[in-house]
Amino acid sequence: MHDLLTGLFFWIALGVCLIGMIVRFIMYFKGLSWRLDRVAYTSYPAAGFKGAVRSIYKWLIPFGTYGWRTQPFITVAFFGFHIGAVMIPLFLLGHSLFLKEKLGISFFTLNATFADILTWTVVVSAFFLVLRRMVLPEVRIMTTLYDYFILLISIAPFITGLLARYQVGDYSFWLNMHIFCGELLLIAIPFTKLSHVFLFFASRAQLGMDFGIKRGGMKGTKMAW
Amino acid sequence: MPEGKFCNKKPIDTAEGINELLSDTSGNNYYKEMEKLEIDSDLLWKTIQNTCKSRIRTWLEICAHCGMCAESCFLYQVNGRDPKQVPAYKIQSTLGEIIRKKGKVDNKFMRDTMEVAWAKCTCCNRCGTYCPHGIDTGIMFGYLRGLLYQQGFVPWELKIGAGMHRVYRAQMDVTDEDFVDTFEWMVEEYEDDYPGLTVPVDVEGADIMYTVNAREVKHYPEDLAEAAILFHIAGENWTVPSKGWEQTSLAMFAGDWAACKMQVETVYEAMERLKPVRMVGTECGHAHRATVIEGPYWAGRKNGQPPAESIHYVEWLAEALNTGKLKIDPHKRIKEPVTLQDSCNYIRNHGLKKATRDIMKHIVEPGYFIEMSPNKEHNYCCGGGGGFNGIGLFRKQRNIALITKRDQILATGAKLVLAPCHNCWDAIRDLEEEYEIGIRWSFLKPIVIKMLEIPEHLQPEE
Ligand code: HEM
Ligand code: HEM
Ligand code: SF4
Ligand code: SF4
Repeated sequence: MHDLLTGLFFWIALGVCLIGMIVRFIMYFKGLSWRLDRVAYTSYPAAGFKGAVRSIYKWLIPFGTYGWRTQPFITVAFFGFHIGAVMIPLFLLGHSLFLKEKLGISFFTLNATFADILTWTVVVSAFFLVLRRMVLPEVRIMTTLYDYFILLISIAPFITGLLARYQVGDYSFWLNMHIFCGELLLIAIPFTKLSHVFLFFASRAQLGMDFGIKRGGMKGTKMAW
Repeated sequence: MPEGKFCNKKPIDTAEGINELLSDTSGNNYYKEMEKLEIDSDLLWKTIQNTCKSRIRTWLEICAHCGMCAESCFLYQVNGRDPKQVPAYKIQSTLGEIIRKKGKVDNKFMRDTMEVAWAKCTCCNRCGTYCPHGIDTGIMFGYLRGLLYQQGFVPWELKIGAGMHRVYRAQMDVTDEDFVDTFEWMVEEYEDDYPGLTVPVDVEGADIMYTVNAREVKHYPEDLAEAAILFHIAGENWTVPSKGWEQTSLAMFAGDWAACKMQVETVYEAMERLKPVRMVGTECGHAHRATVIEGPYWAGRKNGQPPAESIHYVEWLAEALNTGKLKIDPHKRIKEPVTLQDSCNYIRNHGLKKATRDIMKHIVEPGYFIEMSPNKEHNYCCGGGGGFNGIGLFRKQRNIALITKRDQILATGAKLVLAPCHNCWDAIRDLEEEYEIGIRWSFLKPIVIKMLEIPEHLQPEE
């Protein structure tokens, strides 16, 4: 079982995720239309580029935008969740060793204590994201089962990873579960709302170009996101 | 009765058609017929497949349903934080639903959707700047309105308005002759006070081609005279086109894209015919959006620009004041608390906040200008944008929407509100009528004229 999960399944999951992401990313930009979107994307590449970069990086900074500043609670929960959600899969020591063995590449690795802290932060933040969905009427009205499902498959690798990490019960069972959940998440990325992992950049870039080219950027006004 | 006599899918293309629809007082029969109007689901779905591409599809797909956009929408705030007013909810439950059902929706759904599209969103685009994913719900509502228009589910006044553009190339039944005659007549009225004042019609190669809002011709002709006076005193070489003078577009509010194209093309033809260095449009927000920001795309201009550089009145005025073409008598500056309405259409959506602030510096005694809060690109809609002002059916909802602006103005303590936008101006007038908070409101032109230093050679001989 373990061999299958770390062998064939791993390759399938990784392949589907990467190829899926690339294909959808390309399709996104191919589907942009200056005429339908009413943005002269290609006529002003410099203005568009500036707008896009600004639109993305401003939102990656905690409290970096009006939007984040006006809603501190979700901002903390969002970054608490996402910093770990992005860093752990790539930079955890256990993952690094695994990636080195499989792909021959490795990034820098996180200090073990720090990784623990990040992981717990993810879990706690996810709890607050769920709570928010149940408590706030303006969020509850839009929340569907699908939203909970996305949260569930996002958080499953973290929970199972922790269970393996602290060796609660059968280590190898939890490790296999963990790897299975991780692979499920990878496969879900291109096909579900989790596509935001990369389409976030596409969508923000598009609106950034819109403001950079058409809605004030060329009048010298930077959008105060 | 699938297609009604008044309410149907056909755009209005004749003066008789307009008169017929106008004869149906308040659209009573029109809305009654709408209850039976059938939906052409095939056409609807085909249109969506052809026009709803990655931008909007992705927005609808990746929306996290996080509700961060809720607080940003003034309609959510002012309607008791009703969750049904959350921007993402509004668009997911309308456009999102139509797409999920591949266009197979029923009459009741379409009528409800019409209410959401015109009475629960003014297309102010504020929420778009507060969403972490960069989802601009206002843009999607603009798109949705196009689908609703195609299916005949559009408020009565806007169906008529779009028809006006189709027939008269103006938002009202103002003909080209009416325009030129009115302008000339108004200028004559002021000739004695401003010797040499004229309205140069159809002059080729002028520095400025001036375009207006048809309402000015019909209801506020003083505004035309004021524009002429200001150009005259500034020594501008200006002209108006006898055709292609109307800058507004109710067709944009209605979602009648074909009419939008017809309308802006007449203005662009005027530019091509007269070859002015620049076009200056009047103090109107949506007109600027229609002719300068969106128009080039309707007309198929790939670089997104009108044929001649086109600026808003506040840009011209700021420039004239900054360069000294117009001089303000410092003693006559505004010496009372005054505030300024930022129009969504050219502040948030065209970055012109500096121009209006420059003007305030010239015309207000230091210390008397009080910003609203929030302001500039974060300002709230006046409450009547996107056609909301003009729809009788949704008057109640519109009056509630005015409360945001009312409270913003009250918080400044100012009794004078400058509103360089026809829509905002109307909304502020209506909010005074409705809530009586004791304010005055004005365009910039009349205020500036009163405080100008007029060069000797332009003064009347005693
Ligand atoms: C660079 C990568 C990523 C970016 C830029 C990003 C961005 C975002 C944004 C802007 C939102 C909506 C805002 C919000 O909910 O407050 C969001 C929501 C969400 N993201 Fe990500 N994300 C990324 C990666 C991930 C990853 C790797 C996961 C899963 C492990 C994930 C899971 C989620 C979930 C579950 C939500 C919904 C949160 C909720 O229920 O409120 N994201 N993300
Ligand atoms: C897809 C293949 C994956 C493999 C083969 C894998 C493998 C591993 C291994 C070997 C460990 C070490 C367990 C231990 O302490 O002994 C681990 C821990 C962990 N993994 Fe994964 N993992 C995968 C995917 C993911 C993903 C996608 C996520 C999160 C989105 C994730 C989150 C974690 C966490 C949170 C831990 C525990 C961290 C801690 O030490 O506190 N893993 N994983
Ligand atoms: S803020 Fe953006 S992602 Fe969140 S609910 Fe609103 S539109 Fe959707
Ligand atoms: S565009 Fe303006 S009115 Fe419409 S949903 Fe967004 S914030 Fe509300």
